[in-house]
Amino acid sequence: MYAQLVKSDAIKSREDMSPEERAFQDRVDAGEKIEPKDWMPEGYRKTLVRQIGQHAHSEIVGQLPEGNWITRAPTLERKAILLAKVQDEAGHGLYLYSAAETLGVSRDELLEKLHSGKMKYSSIFNYPTLNWADMGAVGWLVDGAAIMNQVPLQRTSYGPYSRAMIRICKEESFHQRQGYSIMMKMAFGTPEQKEMAQDAMNRFWYPALMMFGPSDKDSVHSAQSMAWKIKINTNDELRQKFVNETVPQAEYLGLTIPDENLAWNEEKQGYDFSEPDWSEFFEVIKGNGPCNRERLGDRVKAWEDGAWFRDGLNAYAERAAERRRAASVAAE
Amino acid sequence: MAALETAATSVPEDSFVSDASLRPAFFEWLCRMGDNALILGHRTSEWCGHGPVLEEDIALANTALDLIGHTQMWLGLAGEVEGEGRDADKLAYLRDAMKFRNLLLVELPKGDMAVTMMREFLFDAFHYHLLTWLADNSKSPRVAEIAAKALKEVSYHLDRASDLVVRLGDGTEESHRRMQDALDLLWAYSGEMFVGDEVDAAMTQAGIAPDLESLRGEWETTVRDVLKEATLAMPAEAGFVHKGGKQGRHTEHLGFILAEMQFLQRAYPGASW
Repeated sequence: MYAQLVKSDAIKSREDMSPEERAFQDRVDAGEKIEPKDWMPEGYRKTLVRQIGQHAHSEIVGQLPEGNWITRAPTLERKAILLAKVQDEAGHGLYLYSAAETLGVSRDELLEKLHSGKMKYSSIFNYPTLNWADMGAVGWLVDGAAIMNQVPLQRTSYGPYSRAMIRICKEESFHQRQGYSIMMKMAFGTPEQKEMAQDAMNRFWYPALMMFGPSDKDSVHSAQSMAWKIKINTNDELRQKFVNETVPQAEYLGLTIPDENLAWNEEKQGYDFSEPDWSEFFEVIKGNGPCNRERLGDRVKAWEDGAWFRDGLNAYAERAAERRRAASVAAE
Repeated sequence: MAALETAATSVPEDSFVSDASLRPAFFEWLCRMGDNALILGHRTSEWCGHGPVLEEDIALANTALDLIGHTQMWLGLAGEVEGEGRDADKLAYLRDAMKFRNLLLVELPKGDMAVTMMREFLFDAFHYHLLTWLADNSKSPRVAEIAAKALKEVSYHLDRASDLVVRLGDGTEESHRRMQDALDLLWAYSGEMFVGDEVDAAMTQAGIAPDLESLRGEWETTVRDVLKEATLAMPAEAGFVHKGGKQGRHTEHLGFILAEMQFLQRAYPGASW
């Protein structure tokens, strides 16, 4: 899940709604898509901007942990695949910033909020990628967890967001498969490769579980988002589904999930598992994770170093527009 | 995307590939083609996630991806010609710096976007004219085929690089200054593209590749036109001093590129990835 802890309003009861709000809720309940020019409650718009913005930021910050290995990819094919994948993530950022723009907020405004720390991105990208198997673990576990959330979001009520998610999901499932393919090579490779694979598993398991956000009992903002179909499933539902699907995949690889309490529960037809360390999660969200400074620092540096480049292109474009205006005046 | 397309196509007959008398020169020449793409692709890929604006980040990754695809084709053919069981990966990952045959221009650090785009432009203009000749005229069907595939992408690289050189050259005072500085820095490395040696002479004689000197005029015209529109001053010709990459005498930078690029293959010999 690339959007965690998205703040939203407390849920309104039907009696407290204005006639416009009731009509809006009826459309959402009927499964209609809300489009940019339609009336929408201010809270809906604000929550969507936060959620889509956080998701967009996660895509572009998410380029960095994998970008870390592009120049060290072990074969030309792996290098090409990784480059294509990280490029896809930048593309996802582009779709999502565009979706957010339909709600009246510019990409530059959102980036300013990312750079100043006012907006967040997924906690997962504040963990380091330390060996090549991490490229497998990121694709398999991180993209795998993201897909759990993003597949239902294809049905979200806001049209542009839904359409962006449909495109993104197609690419994400490819990403997850390429991650698993790296993991297979590593887990079935030399003893050193298998050690790297297990090390990646050990480091990424709990951070991947954290991607779904805090437990439902501590997640106070979900109800309104679910009524608006901005959020489709609860955090715990998605986390359980992820664990259920991932455990057999880990078993196939011969990797050990670092959780002594992991066990099949016949009654609930799912695995019991340990909760991640939520105090660590909140520290990472606050900015104290292993790579927060590096990740945000890299983004800010790229933006600041690129200022002259953007200014140069803008200045040229303005003059070119002036020239066109002058030419059309002269032609009249 | 070239990488994904190559696997499915059938291979044309090419007697040059098994011509023992031509083998050393042909192998060297193919390594030059492949290494230019590999090393420039590597430098370009360093931008991934760090571009000045999202669209440029995507375009740079795309360019790098194209170049890695070209590398797979050129070095793949080099391995076949050599006939000693080395494939593209073995050539890319298991040769040391003195065996690399790329131009010095492509191994220089990426610098700022001015250096990156000016370097790409100067190289693309050469690459475009070279590939055009190879696609149209090379007597080696395999070479012509690879060149035709690569040319589709390199035409776009040249368009994009030219466009950015013009916009940034004729942008703000700062972007103009940075572009001029980049041009002045890189100019002295651009002459190496046209300096032929006995390998080039053998390729020209066999009809596989053009006389490099014959490409200089077209390159200069392309470069001159773009720089003029970009309001940038073309440096004096006398500055073409840096060369040797094609023969394996490199700058200090290449060793670090290889240390990074080859790390896994060197640290875990024989592993499959």
